[in-house]
Amino acid sequence: MTCQDLADFLMDYIEGALPQTQRDEFDSHLGACPPCIEYMKSYEETIRMGKTLCDQPDAPIPDDVPEKLIRAILSARAKSAS
Amino acid sequence: MLDETMLLTDLRAGKDAAFEELVRSYGPRLLSVARRFMKNDEDAQDVLQDSFISAFRSLGRFEGQSKLSTWLHRIVVNASLMKIRSQKRRPETSIEELLPQFLEDGHHVDMPSPWKSNPHEELESSETRTLVQESIGKLPESYRTVLLLRDIEGLDTEETAKMLGISSNAAKIRLHRARLALREVLDPHMRGDA
Ligand SMILES: [Zn+2]
Repeated sequence: MTCQDLADFLMDYIEGALPQTQRDEFDSHLGACPPCIEYMKSYEETIRMGKTLCDQPDAPIPDDVPEKLIRAILSARAKSAS
Repeated sequence: MLDETMLLTDLRAGKDAAFEELVRSYGPRLLSVARRFMKNDEDAQDVLQDSFISAFRSLGRFEGQSKLSTWLHRIVVNASLMKIRSQKRRPETSIEELLPQFLEDGHHVDMPSPWKSNPHEELESSETRTLVQESIGKLPESYRTVLLLRDIEGLDTEETAKMLGISSNAAKIRLHRARLALREVLDPHMRGDA
């Protein structure tokens, strides 16, 4: 297994979806190749960073909706209701 | 704390005040969802408006099995995808250009090096959020949307594929490539200075 193969199979490896023989090859590559360990760590960190964009209970105050937009939404409803 | 059941009863009774309460209490969070998908604020506001209007129309069909907030969230995601689809595609970078490069023997062209360690608070800082947002914005549209749905909105592969009208296998491949590309875009910002 090369570093390129490792990058290709990274998602399956992390999700535990690799067949055992491939998983063993993956593990032995990782054991011998420190750069790939860093690569895998940064791949996982990338996923983690993406998740911080999502709303969390302790996330900063959500964006304000401009008053004009609120009015527009409500008046669109009034129009369609009549 | 908002009582969804009571609000729903009032909405179904057509009370104006209930609609206003709905828009005021759910609007901010939903607008930030739309902003994650749309690249400019005007589009995000359009999406929010479209979403509420379609929610008002289909309130009668809302079964109350999921939470009102979850239902609205889904409507906004759908409206965002529709808006993206309707927009003229600008010429964009191909994903190939953003993927990691390898030598013929399968080694990295650019040797991976450790990233700065990021404590939880730092990850949540607005600086990091802006960096991530801008970096995701550099991905080609079809990869960006898969990444947003799977990693950011938290849908599973099956749901993501369905929303985009592609096979789950295609969704899986796109997600992996989108993550690889995003890693590359983040890399120069994240390398430790050791
Ligand atoms: Zn390697």
